[in-house]
Amino acid sequence: MIATESLSKRFPRVTALDRLSVDIGPGVTGLVGANGAGKSTLIKILLGLSPASEGRAEVLGLDVATKGSTIRERVGYMPEHDCLPPDVSATEFVVHMARMSGLPPTSARERTADTLRHVGLYEERYRPIGGYSTGMKQRVKLAQALVHDPELVFLDEPTNGLDPVGRDDMLGLIRRVHTDFGISVLVTSHLLGELERTCDHVVVVDGGKLLRSSATTDFTQTTTTLAVEVTDTDEHPDGTAALRDELAARGIGTESGSGLPGAGHVLLLTADGEETYDVVRDAVADLGLGLVRMEQRRHQIAEVFRVEESGGTRPGDGTAPTGRPAAGASPSQPDPQKKEEARNGG
Amino acid sequence: MAAERTGPTGRAAGTAAGAAPGTPPGTAAAALAEQSRIHNIGYRSYDGPRLGRGYATRSLYSQSLRGAYGLGRSAKSKVLPMVLFVAMIAPALILVAVTVATKAKDLPLDYTRYAIVLQAVIGLYLAAQAPQSVSRDLRFKTVPLYFSRPIEHGDYVRAKYAAMASALLILTAAPLLVLYVGALLAKLDFADQTKGFLQGLVSVALLSLLFAGIGLVISAITPRRGFGIAAVIAVMTISYGAVSTVQAIAYTQDSHAAVGWLGLFSPITLIDGVQSAFLGATSAFPGAPDLSAGLGTVYLLVVLGLIAGSYGLLIRRYRKVGL
Repeated sequence: MIATESLSKRFPRVTALDRLSVDIGPGVTGLVGANGAGKSTLIKILLGLSPASEGRAEVLGLDVATKGSTIRERVGYMPEHDCLPPDVSATEFVVHMARMSGLPPTSARERTADTLRHVGLYEERYRPIGGYSTGMKQRVKLAQALVHDPELVFLDEPTNGLDPVGRDDMLGLIRRVHTDFGISVLVTSHLLGELERTCDHVVVVDGGKLLRSSATTDFTQTTTTLAVEVTDTDEHPDGTAALRDELAARGIGTESGSGLPGAGHVLLLTADGEETYDVVRDAVADLGLGLVRMEQRRHQIAEVFRVEESGGTRPGDGTAPTGRPAAGASPSQPDPQKKEEARNGG
Repeated sequence: MAAERTGPTGRAAGTAAGAAPGTPPGTAAAALAEQSRIHNIGYRSYDGPRLGRGYATRSLYSQSLRGAYGLGRSAKSKVLPMVLFVAMIAPALILVAVTVATKAKDLPLDYTRYAIVLQAVIGLYLAAQAPQSVSRDLRFKTVPLYFSRPIEHGDYVRAKYAAMASALLILTAAPLLVLYVGALLAKLDFADQTKGFLQGLVSVALLSLLFAGIGLVISAITPRRGFGIAAVIAVMTISYGAVSTVQAIAYTQDSHAAVGWLGLFSPITLIDGVQSAFLGATSAFPGAPDLSAGLGTVYLLVVLGLIAGSYGLLIRRYRKVGL
């Protein structure tokens, strides 16, 4: 889908991209980096709007330096900033943008109705955009990026300014763009944890350099962590503690999952196989506790950074480092600020 | 393309589907079928034609041209352009009525003179619509969105410039057409009228290009529509007021040559100069001087230079507007 080869972009006083070579395949790819890490610059170059200082890049097999117009016909772009005129309706605006992408008038209207429905805008699409909520505006922005049925879509910080529910909706929508619509996605964020839930592949850039590019599964699917929550009973006033002791007796170590929602009432444990589920079930049943939930918890990408930070030692939340990429695998250490952000997003 | 992902979501979905205790399997299946029918409006991909950059530019042109008359916009934004359009046409209708009623030998007003007399209306229209056309895109940051489409910076400028010039041409040529049709109905000399009409058309075409360029350059500087309106009115009326005042003073001081040169400093007097030198018009300058061919050429060069300069400035302005 996207291939860059020692792509550099230098401005008089700052180097936005520094010999970035990355290969991005189909699917949902996250582009992570702090503000000013070069994400937007990369998108600008990939859209053929800004020439690279050196190196080359291809999008959909087309050279960005010479085929910008063709690329932009087959690629969608959702900007980070507000870009909607308040005095027209979503329908009018998206129809216009569809025509600007080369769709004939009739198709533009049909595609607009379809796309707005898919992003979850119904009757309100006939009202002027000025009266929309932030979440609705983000949907309109997404709709205009998808209306011409691109093969690839660039989403620049699509969750910016959304509340947690809106964020989840948007992330779900992004996932659907790929699974249901068959459109590949490059989505940027400065929040690593957010992309971990959505992306197949994550590219981390910092200071214009490639920090890391790997499948999300590499980051997260080394072991399975289970989160278990139980009720308290008269017999066991502290059900969680009772279960912890019981599981310890059965040879399963647990962690308290501090820093996670429901801390103190949640036990985290490593599932080595199917039998672990049975052991937990039996332990809970024998104690006569109510099992509130037992769910797989994917490791947060942020933990990967924590591992690297502490020199490959076991992280505080008790997940095993087995099979984890060693600290030396990444070209350089991420800066502390980004790790902080990544953790906040996770 | 679809990467298989099994994770918490998959597991949770399985639990949810299984957790319908007490429901007979048949009912569940029926409910599921109904659900799937309701939601069976899946994504359809588009494999029709993509008409590319030229078509996109034309779409932007027609949208901007319609927008200049408030079409496709709110009812409120139709009021001003329509009122000005009527104000532009009405005098022509009156002139035609007078000509027909009095059985005059000629129209009371030359074709070339019409736009000069009604320049205030044209100026107002430009002041209202040029910022509407470009400032909004800048203010609401729609411009970067356009550049993420097949069009290039130059295409945007050309579409906007052409749309503004066309809107002005409609405004200024429509009354000339009314005059021409009226003159023919009044059975005035066909050859004479056709010649006058064509000269008038050339003149307003030049005027439209010049005014559109000036109006757009001023409006493209600011994302604030209000500033744009004020600045366009200021440039159009103040320059004309200053030029005609100084011209009048020069005329009373008997510096007739200065009158001709002074006309170079305001858009409408520039058009006046060009058409009195080349299009058989009588100048509206004090004393109605005949401009020499040399001075006429200077006028024409300045007009063409301003048009080209406006275009160049717009291109430069939009090259800087990135994503």
